[in-house]
Amino acid sequence: MAEINIQDIIKPENLVYKKTRLMTDKTLSYCPGCGHGTAHRLIMEVIEEMGKEHDTIGVAPVGCSVLAYEFMNIDMQEAAHGRAPALATGIKRLWPDKVVFTYQGDGDLAAIGTGETIHACNRGENIVIVFINNGIYGMTGGQMAPTTLVGMKTSTTPYGRDVAQMGNPLKITELVAQLPGTYYVTRQAVHTPAAVRKAKRAIRKAFENQVNKKPGLSFVEVVSNCNSGWKMTPVDANNWMEENMFPFYNLGDIKVDGKLIEK
Amino acid sequence: MGELRLMKGNEALAEAAIRAGVDGYFGYPITPQSEVIEYLTAEKPYERTGMVVLQAESEVASINMLYGAGATGKKAMTSSSSPGISLMQEGISYIAGAEIPVVLVNVVRGGPGLGDIQPSQSDYFQTTKGGGHGDYRLIALAPSSVQEMSDFVPLAFELAFKYRNPAIIVSDGAIGQMMEKVELFEQMPRMTDEEIRAKYKWATNGKLEDGTRRIITSLDLDPYKLEEHNLKLQKKYKEIEENEVRYEKIMCDDAEYIIVAYGLSARISQKAIQLLREKGIKAGLLRPITLWPFPTKQIKELVDSGIKGFLSVEMSAGQMVEDVKLAVNGKVKVEHFGRLGGVVHSPEEVVEALEQKIIGG
Ligand SMILES: Cc1ncc(C[n+]2csc(CCOP(=O)(O)OP(=O)(O)O)c2C)c(N)n1
Ligand code: SF4
Ligand SMILES: [Mg+2]
Repeated sequence: MAEINIQDIIKPENLVYKKTRLMTDKTLSYCPGCGHGTAHRLIMEVIEEMGKEHDTIGVAPVGCSVLAYEFMNIDMQEAAHGRAPALATGIKRLWPDKVVFTYQGDGDLAAIGTGETIHACNRGENIVIVFINNGIYGMTGGQMAPTTLVGMKTSTTPYGRDVAQMGNPLKITELVAQLPGTYYVTRQAVHTPAAVRKAKRAIRKAFENQVNKKPGLSFVEVVSNCNSGWKMTPVDANNWMEENMFPFYNLGDIKVDGKLIEK
Repeated sequence: MGELRLMKGNEALAEAAIRAGVDGYFGYPITPQSEVIEYLTAEKPYERTGMVVLQAESEVASINMLYGAGATGKKAMTSSSSPGISLMQEGISYIAGAEIPVVLVNVVRGGPGLGDIQPSQSDYFQTTKGGGHGDYRLIALAPSSVQEMSDFVPLAFELAFKYRNPAIIVSDGAIGQMMEKVELFEQMPRMTDEEIRAKYKWATNGKLEDGTRRIITSLDLDPYKLEEHNLKLQKKYKEIEENEVRYEKIMCDDAEYIIVAYGLSARISQKAIQLLREKGIKAGLLRPITLWPFPTKQIKELVDSGIKGFLSVEMSAGQMVEDVKLAVNGKVKVEHFGRLGGVVHSPEEVVEALEQKIIGG
């Protein structure tokens, strides 16, 4: 068999996939296997495909994705912990024709920023919230998040989350779906090619809602892994997520076109 | 001559916001400044100029709405009173760090804690020495009349945009609530989106046509880079200190004693120097209009001109007096006088304080 030279295969006609130019060439700072990078890419692909690169402002608060502005090649603003929906409100109210989104972790969106989240949803701000739920505080070294599962070990629940002490994991996505101000609420994942395709469709729908000025906020939760925080290999983390996170945080649409999905 | 009206300080400020071409106001009710948002919602500025007014869910939300709005190059403003301003401090620090021009208003009330709703000047430290974390400064303007509540709105925006720095108008419950005649300035146009995009290239309102993208952040994980950023900020602060000190001198030319007072205390002290002069005591008033940058140089000049003593009069336990002392640098006597907790001193009390603490003491 003849030797195959890799350089001979790299030709335009053989190209099946290309990184969107709305992702910078900077090496991602995320742990290998982490879902953040995939979620970033999907958002940027959608913005590029929708031709909105000059009209979009992204807001990423503190969390592992605090440096999202280094990777997302559009105008970006970094927010204080929990406050991205307030920033996005300020931006969108004064630039109603621009596309505005936030990219928030679970500690950010469902603990310190619960007030801003609920009220932005309740006012029906015409923005997109992408919510990365990894059940933990990734950035600060794996402490309990509001979304940490019962019994799950973290650095501040070393014996597992105890409901009597720490309450139940908060399904904030179901909660905001109840508010008349949300127009589209969905829960997705990005750990397999099939999940990625679905998540991208959901993100696209969310941004289309905004561009088409549908009444209300579009909210996309992405249940994601944190292999470092969970202290697992990337593969084990994905398996653990399927076995433990998905049964509690069910994937799929929760509210579409302003109507709750009957289950 | 502009339109004359009899207005409360808070209302004059709100009307000035519309006339100054402000794009967005975000605020949360708190006494004694709720008239600002009440006036704005009643006036429907959206119909007059296109200005957006939004009642936020908290002061934390207001300041962060301001951070988002200001970062896009639009003119954004909030107002509150002491406890609300305390709640905003994290956001103010971010805004200062990221160099976003916004305007804040503090209609100060008695503290600490929930305190009361009476006029006070006990937020001087918070305003001029930081308040939030990190090495930063706010350009602080202190109105002492309803007229200045109006005039300082466009001035605060001018300074904020000139230096890409947050500016704060520091008023108090009395100036906010009292009614006086005010001459309103003419409506200024709001800038169009195109003008903003052309003028403020740093602002995050969607990548420029040439592909330039903007990032607004106060983060730099590399300490050397963050030090560089801090040095740049310090250079800017120095420049502001050199160029933007504002003050008023009343009867200082032949004075032997100087009262330093701002805002409401300056109004009261003006009466006090009149009473002192009737008694044959040559007193003058130095009124800092900018609390930061502080008129340090002007105080030094007064010391060199032979002033015998300074009385810093402030409705606090003695905050501004520290800056007066720094300026005087031990050369002559400096004392503080002021009532606390929302109690307003009388001119007679100021007279007595100068006689006892400076002349007699
Ligand atoms: C006011 C404030 N409190 C605390 C922190 C520290 N902090 C930074 S990120 C973070 C938690 C982030 O967790 P999450 O939002 O779930 O994002 P992840 O890193 O998991 O993606 C905390 C507590 C902070 N930066 N600011
Ligand atoms: S700590 Fe967790 S969330 Fe953060 S980059 Fe690593 S895997 Fe991702
Ligand atoms: Mg998290």
